[in-house]
Amino acid sequence: MQDRILDIIAREALRDPSELTPEMTLEELGLDSLGLVEVIFAIEESFGISVPFNANAPDASGFDLSSIGAVARAVERLVMGQPTAQVA
Amino acid sequence: MRRVVITGAGTINALALDVAGTYAAMRDGRSGIGPLEFPDADRLLIGIGGQVRGFDPAAHFEGSKRALYDPFTQFALVAAREAMASAGLEALPGAAERWGCIMGTAGGGNATVNEAFRAVFAEGRNRVHPFTVPRLMPNAACSHIAMDWGIFGPSFTVSTACASSNHAIGLAFQMVRSGMVDGMLAGGSESMLNFGGLKAWEGLRVMSPDGCRPFSRTRNGMVQGEGAGVFVLETLEAAQARGAPILAEIRGFAMSSDAGDIVMPSVDGAARAIRGALDDAGLAPDQIGYINAHGTGTAANDRIESLAIRQVLGSAADRVMVSATKAMHGHLIGGTGAVELLACLLALNESIIAPTINFDEPDPDCDLDIVPNVARRAEVEAVLSNAFAFGGLNAVLALSSVK
Repeated sequence: MQDRILDIIAREALRDPSELTPEMTLEELGLDSLGLVEVIFAIEESFGISVPFNANAPDASGFDLSSIGAVARAVERLVMGQPTAQVA
Repeated sequence: MRRVVITGAGTINALALDVAGTYAAMRDGRSGIGPLEFPDADRLLIGIGGQVRGFDPAAHFEGSKRALYDPFTQFALVAAREAMASAGLEALPGAAERWGCIMGTAGGGNATVNEAFRAVFAEGRNRVHPFTVPRLMPNAACSHIAMDWGIFGPSFTVSTACASSNHAIGLAFQMVRSGMVDGMLAGGSESMLNFGGLKAWEGLRVMSPDGCRPFSRTRNGMVQGEGAGVFVLETLEAAQARGAPILAEIRGFAMSSDAGDIVMPSVDGAARAIRGALDDAGLAPDQIGYINAHGTGTAANDRIESLAIRQVLGSAADRVMVSATKAMHGHLIGGTGAVELLACLLALNESIIAPTINFDEPDPDCDLDIVPNVARRAEVEAVLSNAFAFGGLNAVLALSSVK
């Protein structure tokens, strides 16, 4: 799971997956708001899930974007069918 | 240079099917935003919008013509007819070669595209309606207005996303001012409230699921609208000669390009357009009593626009009233500037400042007088109407009453 997420984020950030660690933030990778929207779209498409996310209120969607590892855990919860903190 | 005035106005939007109803809704701070109703709307993540309701195309157009009109053309035609009627015109008041039409739109015949794609992709059909292309082309609304009124002069469509209407009206103003034409019909029209149109917007993740709250700290995105606004522009001299109603004088217009980001606005680009409009109009910041803000309700726009207004107006920004009527009629994208110009005419003619409704919590990043929730009675000398588009293309109009 984490490797697949890592691959997706690396692709959008134009990096090699081997350069990425779970502790890294999306900002560190230079992903701007459009890049973030693309990452989320790619995650939704690869895992067949719907990620609650509003670019106007990224912190209010309950989907943790604070690091690559956090994203992986949030996706895992969605794949398992567990609800996020709130629906966007 | 010649002085240019607006002598007629027409509209159809989520608030009302005409100008009088739109003024009443703006005065009352009423919202036209509600649940979206069209095929497959239940598959949308964002279920609200400012949809035109109660509009019966059959009451306005013959069947044979109606088949040629996408909703964005229908909206433009009814708005143009109202505008001409309110200008006291049953026909062009001068040589047809000396009149033109400029319309703004972002999506053109988006409903027609949606229907045709549904037919070939979803329903597996191998044929679409024969008028699919003449309905969907973005210049269709402009061309049908020209046909309706026998306009022979310069006519075309501009497409600058959310600034389309302001670019259209501004260019029309410049052409009348310069003497290239004697009169223009100008405005904008949009109809993207269909399943495909809204899905495209959902993809960008900038729409609010629960309402448009411009300049509020709780704002979480834009809400789409639809409709049209059209205005009759003439020289002051011609308008006075024929005893036409004069709704406002267009004093100035400026355009700028951010050359920055394809979706994020820039303070500098917005400020250059606002400053340019003031300079073109020969107006000082403290003469501006009201600004109809672009005010989309997105996190970025409202913060950036507030900074731009402060940067240009300086200390006068503490006194200017600023409101975002998108909270009521939604964001009409290519048609939005035209409907929002009505808020400017309301301010100039009836001394009523349309409010920014849905305001629930001040945002220190937007520290302007945004006329929260309730309309205000105030005399204003001059007004601005801002439009800042995706793609960083900005267009600002400056207007006043005729003195």
